[in-house]
Parts: sequence; C-alpha cells; structure tokens
Amino acid sequence: MTKTEARDRMADVMERFLTLASRRLPDDVYAWLKRCRDAETSPLQKVVYESYFENLEMAQKLDRPCCQDTGLPHFYIRCGADFPWIGAVEPALRQAVARATVSAPLRPNAVDFFTERNTGDNTGERMPWLHWDIVPDSSDLEICTYFAGAGCSLPGRAQVFKPADGYGAVVRFVFDAVSGLALNACPPLIVGVGLGHNIENAGVLSKMACLRPLGTRHPHPKGEKLERDLLAGLNALGVGAQGLPGDRIAMAVHVESSARHTATIAAAVNVSCYTHRRGFITFHEDMSFDQSSYQGVTL
Amino acid sequence: MKKILTLPIREEDILGLHAGDVIYLTGTIATGRDDVHRRVVAEGMASPFDLRDGVIFHAGPIVREGPAANELISVGPTSSVRMEAFEAQFIEKTGVRLIIGKGGMGPATAEACRRYKAVHCVAMGGCAVSAASQVERIEACYWRELGMPECMWVLRVREFGPLVVSIDAHGGDLFAATRAEVARRREACEGPIAESVKDYMVVE
Repeated sequence: MTKTEARDRMADVMERFLTLASRRLPDDVYAWLKRCRDAETSPLQKVVYESYFENLEMAQKLDRPCCQDTGLPHFYIRCGADFPWIGAVEPALRQAVARATVSAPLRPNAVDFFTERNTGDNTGERMPWLHWDIVPDSSDLEICTYFAGAGCSLPGRAQVFKPADGYGAVVRFVFDAVSGLALNACPPLIVGVGLGHNIENAGVLSKMACLRPLGTRHPHPKGEKLERDLLAGLNALGVGAQGLPGDRIAMAVHVESSARHTATIAAAVNVSCYTHRRGFITFHEDMSFDQSSYQGVTL
Repeated sequence: MKKILTLPIREEDILGLHAGDVIYLTGTIATGRDDVHRRVVAEGMASPFDLRDGVIFHAGPIVREGPAANELISVGPTSSVRMEAFEAQFIEKTGVRLIIGKGGMGPATAEACRRYKAVHCVAMGGCAVSAASQVERIEACYWRELGMPECMWVLRVREFGPLVVSIDAHGGDLFAATRAEVARRREACEGPIAESVKDYMVVE
C-alpha cells in the first residue's frame, strides 16, 4: 500500500464513520440516556424524553444528523508508535471532514478569526482539531471522534487555585459551571472535570474525561468517590432534561487528573450534551479497522 | 388536546399563554440567531422578513442547497441566552410576538415580553430531525453571506412543537424559577461534598 492509498482509504472510512456518528448515539450513551428517562417522573420531563427518543429514531430512519449542530470536528488520537501511516492521518481527516460536510451533510460551522467568514466545509485554521498521544509498542491508530457543539462548549471553564483553596474549591467550581450556562446545554449532561496544574493541561483532561466510556471510573478511590458524590450532588439541584425542573441534570461525572505542581491546583469543566456524538474507531497497520461504539453496525 | 397557535399571532393569543404551557405552531416563521440579532439591533439594519406578529426561531439549520430547491435536513433550537444582549431591542424594533429557542433568557427579555406582549418558548434541543419533519418547505433565505447557520431562513411549519412556554407576558419565567430553585438548593448539595474533601490535601 502506498501512502496515497492509505490516506484515501482512511479518508473514505472516516467520512462514513463521521456520517454514522452524526446520526446516532453510541451504545453506552443511548443506554445511559434511557436510565435517565426512567428516573424522571414529572409530566414535562416525559414530554422532553418522548421527543428525544422519537427524534433519535427518526434520525436513523431518515438517515440524517440527529442534531442540527454537528459542531466542530475534534479528533483525539492515540497513535501507536509503530503505526506505519502517521503522515496520512492529518490530511485524511481533513479530507473526511470536508467530504462529510457535503455527504452527511454536516452543518458548516467553522468561521476563521478576523476574516469572520464561514469556511463552508468545517475545515479552517487548525480545524479539524487534532490531539495526539503516542502509544509505545503498538501499531494501531485509535481515533476518538467528537462533534463539539456550541451549546455544550459555552459553559466550559478553567481556573487555577492555590493549594490553600483545596479540593473544596474544585467542588464549588464544578457546581458554578453546571448550575450556570450548562442548564442550556441540553441536559442530561456528561460532566468532564480535569484536574491538573495549569489551564490547558486541566482543559485537555476535562475533555478526555467527557470522552471516556460511560461506566468507567477514576482509578483512585478518592477520585472515584468524588465522581459519585458530584453526580449525586448535581442531580439533587432540581434540574432535568433541557434544563427544565427534574431530577437528572447529569448522566455522568468523570474526573481525569495529572500530577499537579506542588503550588497549584487547576480545575477545568467541560460538559457534553445528551446527544454526545463520540465514536471510537481503530485502524490497524494494514488499514483494516474496527469500531466499538455502535454494535451491529457495519460501515 | 394539542394547543395550536396559527400565525399571525395576536396580542390576545399571547395573553392566553402561561409559563409551562405546551403549544404547537402553524404558519411561516424565520430563523435568526447571533448575527441576525446583531445586524438588526447593533447595525441598525431592517429585518429582511417582516416579523410583526410573527416568530423568530433561534436556530441554524442544516440545509442541502440545490440549484432548484433547498432541502431542510435538520433544524433545532440554539441557546437563547446568547441573544440576551439584543433581544429586548429586537422585540421592540421588529414587533415579533414569539421567540423560540433553548434554555432561559435574562431579565431584559422577560421585561420586554411583559411590555410588548411577547413570549419565549423552548423547543426540544437536539431533536432536529423531528423538528425538520414539521417544516413543510423553505420559503426564502436572506443574508446568506452570514453562513448557513447564521443567515435567516423563512420556514413554513405545521404543528411545530412541542414548545414549552418559558417566559410569558404576565411575568412568569420558568428558567428564572428553576435558577432560583437551584440557588436555594445549592449549598445543601455542594456543601457536604466540599466538606468531605477537606482532608484530601493530607499526604496519604
């Protein structure tokens, strides 16, 4: 296989995967959304969830993006050090995004700064947004795709605290973010909390927290407890789907952390809406692939 | 029994609505979000579509544009709070009666709804395919240079909904009430967690 062939193959597969990911929720998110529906009791919440599930069904039947805000394309990449087609990845993803904008179709959302022109195909300056991690002793390329919509990007925030503020400041910061603009971000939300030492490190971790499969836990018992307590606490605020009165503002709270500087505690909060369009796909060195997000679906 | 409003919307229609009501709309409505509001209010441009007794929908659709016709693929509400800085003047200037969006708005919009007899409703966020199925056709498109999401699409809708009245013309505001309830409950929800992590700074 030549480099051009590898790029074309990846662009083709990713165009189809993006199209799929714009149409349906990954299996775990769908299952968690059902649980949230079953936990709500008010008539108004029933109206909302009925609309949610009816729409998801129609999106599949009519083959259309389930939400009109198909966001900006984000790719969180875990690249095996021995994956042979590293150079093909960026151009392939750029091509896949531009093509899927027409074929899916996705809404063109990318506006370059200063020209203030919509680019028309969701690519632009540093867009699609790529985040790379290198995985030693692997020849696979794992890509996590995410459509970053505006409603759930707007509440995002990061702040650096002093050690004297302690973990309590982090707790209050999460409540600030979720009880503010996140009410508008189409709850039930996935709340990602990043703990680190400065804002971009905490920010990236908060995003990785959002992207984690549902049902996974922070590896430290205290981190896991914090996730559970925050979820229960946020869900006791009296807010449900669509920010209307209810009992489930969040379907999950995930915390991701890195070591911190001894003199700082940085926290970031990122939220994802209930139409959490996040997909995992893995390419192998021969450019065969498999995806784990949508059981029983062939691309 | 579905409560269906038909455009044009009269003052007495508005006065019959209360926060929490679930309604549906039939008639011709226009989309308009950040840039449309900025043009009308901050740049002093006239709305290219007459909104008097009409509906503005905070939304940016996906449209498959063709030489002969434009096909609406998906359409749904966007966060209304982004338009808060402009909405009161927008209502005053255009005479719009009903705003559709997502989430709450602020006190200036609520005051304008009282004064000019208008309401804000929320459509179901993320439910873009079912909403598109209630749109019979795209009647016009204005200010296309703003980009597909930001330009003004004029849509003929039939029993468009469910819409939940969030701000009525009598002072009712569903999201303000929710925010007040959140503020009331917050310390009880967050305090014990903040307390429980107090010793997390202790070396293990």
